[in-house]
Amino acid sequence: MNTAQQKIGFRVALATLACVLVLVVLGPMFLPWEYQEIDWDNINQAPSIDHWFGTDASGRDVLTRTLVGGRISLIVALLATCVSFLIGVPWGAIAGLAGGRADQVMMRIVDGMYALPFVLIVILLVVLFGRNVYLLFVGLGAVSWLDISRIVRGQTLVVRNEQYILAANALGASQVWIVWKHVLPNIIGTAFVYATLTIPGVIIAESFISFLGLGIQEPQTSLGVLIADGTKEMHSSPWQLAFPAGFLVFTLLALNKVGDVLRDSITGNVEH
Amino acid sequence: MARFVFKRIAFMLITFWVVISVAFFLLRLAPGGPFDGDRRMPPEVEENLLKAYNLDDPLPIQYGRYVWNLVRFDLGPSLKHHDFTVNELIAAGLPVSLSVGALALVIALVLGIPIGCAAAFRHNSWLDNCLSSTTTFGLALPPIVTGPLFVLLFAVTLRWLPAGGMDAATSLILPSIALAIPHAAATAKLMRGSCIDTLRQNHVLTARSKGLNSLRLAIHHVLPSAMIPVLSFLGPAAATVIAGSLVIEEVFSLPGLGRYFVQGALNRDYTLVMGGVVVYAALILMLNFVVDTLYFRFDPRIRSQSQAQAT
Repeated sequence: MNTAQQKIGFRVALATLACVLVLVVLGPMFLPWEYQEIDWDNINQAPSIDHWFGTDASGRDVLTRTLVGGRISLIVALLATCVSFLIGVPWGAIAGLAGGRADQVMMRIVDGMYALPFVLIVILLVVLFGRNVYLLFVGLGAVSWLDISRIVRGQTLVVRNEQYILAANALGASQVWIVWKHVLPNIIGTAFVYATLTIPGVIIAESFISFLGLGIQEPQTSLGVLIADGTKEMHSSPWQLAFPAGFLVFTLLALNKVGDVLRDSITGNVEH
Repeated sequence: MARFVFKRIAFMLITFWVVISVAFFLLRLAPGGPFDGDRRMPPEVEENLLKAYNLDDPLPIQYGRYVWNLVRFDLGPSLKHHDFTVNELIAAGLPVSLSVGALALVIALVLGIPIGCAAAFRHNSWLDNCLSSTTTFGLALPPIVTGPLFVLLFAVTLRWLPAGGMDAATSLILPSIALAIPHAAATAKLMRGSCIDTLRQNHVLTARSKGLNSLRLAIHHVLPSAMIPVLSFLGPAAATVIAGSLVIEEVFSLPGLGRYFVQGALNRDYTLVMGGVVVYAALILMLNFVVDTLYFRFDPRIRSQSQAQAT
């Protein structure tokens, strides 16, 4: 793909993402239905003027529910990503700066955690905490910081050997000052990009867990819950599955594309 | 080599032990027990039940007993499926889960490697554009979306394949393809990137300038080194395949380990959940071990590095 095409693709993805955000944040306000509101006259209705995405088995508006569910999924994903950022960046930076034994042990722990299916850990956490949504996303974040920490460690190793760090050391700057003033600003951009790349994975994980009935519970909803509900009714009313699933796919596509372009831009990998 | 393998085995065993211990204590810390039902049972009955399953001993003793039994491959009785041991449930579910998962990984590699290679060899052409777009799209298709879609399309509407259950080998086709799609896309993307990098290397340039044709070039000079990132992707991929299989088994009502595991988590069947953790962790660790060892065999850079360390 040449650069012009790449640019267009990136802009389309960015625009899609912006649309998704505006829709899930503001959309439900402009819709005549509440996400829990039951329209007794229209149960399992196909898409119509009143209900653009149709209604579900309890007569609730699927469009409103998709937007509200999408909002919850995105909030969970963003908060989990924040948690993974807050764990991954210090972990990677400390490992990279400390070097030697400490570095080896810390990275071995990361390797060990890589070998675990994180949905397994999250399921254990769900058993532990009950169905607490907030703890769920903390748990999700707590198991998805591995990529960030590896990247941050790598970046720290590069930065550590730069001349300006040597200069700061020679001038007698304290370690804390060096980390805060010289190391962090240089690795934070990369860390943000990899945080962006974490989001789609977390959205998928949330949808899996909610789909299995272990995550978000009624009356709250998320894309995973909606897809699970839609799957039960798909033989008679496929729109209940199609719209939330389509919404999920579009969001993931846009996020993946934006993340890829951002990553390529920092690694200088224009041609890929 | 022996030294390397030995180190990896030790690392694998330690990781396994840590995982099992953390899971064991996490589960026991959880509020609510396996016998909390809607109806309160008389205290004597509950006491007897706890005693029957040895749940009334202090935790360290329970833990010691669990580890000792685990060493002898005894995962204990299921607390919810009466008259079944966890070993029996795993023996019933694991073959199904394993076939779906293994099939999905194979499909992912068989689709992903050629697609990635083709895109790399025709870098920046219309073919590359098509394949790369397909790949990007595939990455956004989790099994939670493709699973129900396949049921609706190929099972209900077209009636080509069974919608669920495990009656014949054909029951495995739809679930494994649904599970494979995002992994095939990830493999293709990885393969494309590493192929492009390899194609720029001097040894490939030399081979090309000597007039080697594309196919020989691909098989003898590009693939061996371009495959290395894909190889190391297999370990993490196995973990996500397992996560996906939990969903897929639900969608296709496959009687696999994933369903038992999720049910066990929902109704606090301690021993069954522990059994699931043991089996999944063991599977993934073993696969990672195999991948690491292959990596060591096939990547001369790592081999020489660790030899330098040894001396």
